[in-house]
Amino acid sequence: MTAIALKLTDVNKSFGAAHIIRGVNLEIRKGERHAIIGPNGAGKSTLFNLISGRFGLSSGTIELHGKPINGLPAYEINRLGLSRSFQVTNLFHRMTVIENLRCALLWSMGYRYSFWHLVPRQKRLNEEAERLLEKIRLTARRDVPASLLSYAEQRALEIGATIAGGADVILLDEPTAGMSATETEQAVELIREVTEDKTLVMVEHDMSVVFGLADRVSVLVYGQILATDTPEGIRNNRAVQEAYLGTTEAA
Amino acid sequence: MKQQFVNNAASSVPRVRFGSWGGYLPWIIAIIVVAVLPLILKSSHSVSMLSQMGIAIVFALSYNMLLGQGGMLSFGHAVYFGLGGFFAIHALNMVGDGRLSIPLELIPLVGALGGLLFAIPFGWVSTKRSGTSFAMISLGLGELVAASSLMFTGFFGGEGGISGNRVTDITLLPYSYGPAIEVYYLIAAWAVISAALMYLLTQTPLGRMANAVRDNPERAEFVGYNPRLVRFFQFSLAGLFAGVAGGLYAISYELLTAENLGAVASGTVLLATFIGGVGYFFGPILGAMLITYLQTTLSTFSEAWILYFGLIFVFIVMFAPQGLAGIIMLHRPAWKAGLMSRLLPSYALAVIPVLLFLGGVVALIEMGYHFRTNYDPSEPMGLFGMKVVVTQVMPWIVAVAVTLVGAVLCRLSFRRINAAWADVDAILAGEKR
Amino acid sequence: MLELITFSIINGVLYGMLLFMLSSGLTLIFSMMGVLNFAHASFYMLGAYFAYQISTFIGFWPALFLAPLGVAVLGALVERYGLRHVHKHGHVAELLFTFGLVYVIEELVHMIWGRMPVDYRIPDALNFTLFTLFNTSFPAYRGFMLLVALVMFASIYLILRKTRIGMIVQASLSYPEMVGALGHNVPRVFMGVFAFGTGLAGLAGVIAGNYFITEPGMAWAMGPIVFVVVVFGGLGSLPGALIGSLIIGIVQTVSVAMPYSLADALRAFGVELTREAALADLWFLELSRVAPILPYLLLVLMLIFRPRGLMGTRES
Repeated sequence: MTAIALKLTDVNKSFGAAHIIRGVNLEIRKGERHAIIGPNGAGKSTLFNLISGRFGLSSGTIELHGKPINGLPAYEINRLGLSRSFQVTNLFHRMTVIENLRCALLWSMGYRYSFWHLVPRQKRLNEEAERLLEKIRLTARRDVPASLLSYAEQRALEIGATIAGGADVILLDEPTAGMSATETEQAVELIREVTEDKTLVMVEHDMSVVFGLADRVSVLVYGQILATDTPEGIRNNRAVQEAYLGTTEAA
Repeated sequence: MKQQFVNNAASSVPRVRFGSWGGYLPWIIAIIVVAVLPLILKSSHSVSMLSQMGIAIVFALSYNMLLGQGGMLSFGHAVYFGLGGFFAIHALNMVGDGRLSIPLELIPLVGALGGLLFAIPFGWVSTKRSGTSFAMISLGLGELVAASSLMFTGFFGGEGGISGNRVTDITLLPYSYGPAIEVYYLIAAWAVISAALMYLLTQTPLGRMANAVRDNPERAEFVGYNPRLVRFFQFSLAGLFAGVAGGLYAISYELLTAENLGAVASGTVLLATFIGGVGYFFGPILGAMLITYLQTTLSTFSEAWILYFGLIFVFIVMFAPQGLAGIIMLHRPAWKAGLMSRLLPSYALAVIPVLLFLGGVVALIEMGYHFRTNYDPSEPMGLFGMKVVVTQVMPWIVAVAVTLVGAVLCRLSFRRINAAWADVDAILAGEKR
Repeated sequence: MLELITFSIINGVLYGMLLFMLSSGLTLIFSMMGVLNFAHASFYMLGAYFAYQISTFIGFWPALFLAPLGVAVLGALVERYGLRHVHKHGHVAELLFTFGLVYVIEELVHMIWGRMPVDYRIPDALNFTLFTLFNTSFPAYRGFMLLVALVMFASIYLILRKTRIGMIVQASLSYPEMVGALGHNVPRVFMGVFAFGTGLAGLAGVIAGNYFITEPGMAWAMGPIVFVVVVFGGLGSLPGALIGSLIIGIVQTVSVAMPYSLADALRAFGVELTREAALADLWFLELSRVAPILPYLLLVLMLIFRPRGLMGTRES
């Protein structure tokens, strides 16, 4: 049995009267690529926000490598090795691409709130940033402010900023949403590459991406996990077909 | 033009090329200018104005650590300037009494300590919030301290303030610092050092994360930083440098009053910084110099200087939110591409309309002030080298006419400028791809 | 003592109502447009000056209507030709714009009416004693101010509850994005709201300018207090603005009348302090002298412990 990276036990979340997440139990194995799918409004993004500390839980526990993380502020969770991207691009928009990457690296490289190191002189930091830049294939756009990048480029930078800190559990929220077919292909390639040896949890709508990347898939419907299985298993799961796949294909 | 300003908001972090002389060049030029200026502008008025500029520059740069770099709009930054000043003047007096032995050159450090001492608790309270709430807390704290200063007369000296004497006979260098010119060089040295330190701070992890938190506090959390702590450290350091400026003020004026930490002082530094431009490191320097010039020079021959100042500010907020520095930096791509020649003719065409319009407005304002504030409004007043009697109708008609004609011509000539810019932008975009 | 407290509270309520005339407009503008109008008290000052000027020509009663109207028109112009252009640069730019406006308006007032207070007086018709209670007389003008404030409050309430415009305004309070989507001309609604809010401030200036003093410093003196009120009561909440106004009004008026210090309070518990004690400045500070800072102290405490304010729904 492989180790568990992320474990959700009886997780509930309500906003006022709306009960969005209704008792989710989920185990993400260390090193696997896990996709969460489900119809719109099923609570996928909410689930991500709960795991990453953006929202607080109503009840239940979330453990990262066996340590409870619910109730911690987002930055503490990040420091414990969990990083996430956003569905809507969420960058430091007035800063350049390379600055975005540097900022994403600072904490993990131990600089904390230092006001006595000069960033341009930190050789290891700058090399690491340049290496990342190359990895996400934005070298040509190094000094362009993030707000002026194309959509696909912003998504790539989003992924770069997410993996920069060296977190071993990566949450990607719809990394290919709104991309063309070629862009999606490149993004999938990039994701495959940068999440090598890491645990990946992703929300995704594009089924070809899901079935191409994921080792296991969970289906979230109305705030509950309907099934967790291999892509093949999910494809053949009667309940899932009825609840979800059938409707998408019809649409 | 407007679109230009918006686009230019993007590149806000100045880049340094350490190791090459290019990065140091502006600093070397600045040091030479600072050293040579009083040799050119010798009058006592100029020297005192230059000293005042030095103080204002340090203060405005420290303010921009909040507004420009950290995205914190403060209405109470003078608190740390003033408290630093009061600490410094008390230290001066203690040195004078022989109770303390600090060389005069290091008195600004006492100011820094005073600023920091109060910035830490006040910053801890106010950086809990950001945005409008932060602005309101800063306003509340500012008013709180300003009102308290009239209560605790022991420390603040009540209405009369606390005075001191900078000639303490304890110095590092063989100067007495009695003469204004010696004080100028002391202030200049501190201004250059403080500016350099504040510049270097923008290059540190804290400085970078301050920008990051300004742009997107939530994302900053997801790269491991607590935005509140980033704001807090940035705030404390800004308080420290405001304290340095306050210490320099104490040395220069030898008098601190409650006004120095009040709402007007806080407002002035906000206006100066914003007019100069918050997006660029050198912006506040321009703003501080301009406002000091207006304060010291314009105020001697126009009562309306605050009005001009307010109008400039409103104009900048409306049409050039990146400030004077933004207007200058806007031209950098065109300059680098050698395209200035396409812009300059349209600018030249606009000179006369702009002068006409401004002349008309200034004439109306000055005549208005003369009419209202002189005991005998019919006494002729000097205006652009002419003698004008404001109780007659004719000057008013002429002034209104000049303003209107200027306004119409401005509209026309600005169309030319926009066309020239569209042209330049097209060429620049064409070259990129 | 009873006399002191009674009159302090009456005056506090009166001052609170005056504050509410300002804070209600500020709240409306903020809720609708997201703009914290820093220059709100400047429009209040303009109201007083307009009323002074108009009353020198045609008397107080026409001025009571014309001056707020004039202020409202000016507010509409400011919104149309100033604020609207700044809108796209965000709320901080809008706040800065109104902040600059404070300077411009103050200087224009200097230019037009001079730096000295102007002779704006209570009309003779209202210059008598309404009643006398415990040997202290209550001027009729205070009663009139209270009346105007109440009438204004009632009209706002009726407008908000009973008219279509009021519905739109209320909808905007809760769902700012929806109103535009429903096809209302948002810029024109904004202009109207800004004019209305500044007009209310102008009305407050008309009735307060002659009761206090009409001078160029009155905007700076009033502005921060109004901010305290709306933040204290909760940004964007009209009931909050009302409660905040009354609390701040009463706290300030009552504390001014209280010549007691911490040392007095300690004495009641048998602790005797002398002037030589450490921090004597603090112990012997009388409440009446602390009065000016109390609103700011309340503001800061509120923002730390309950950033939404008393009745607020939004954080900032």
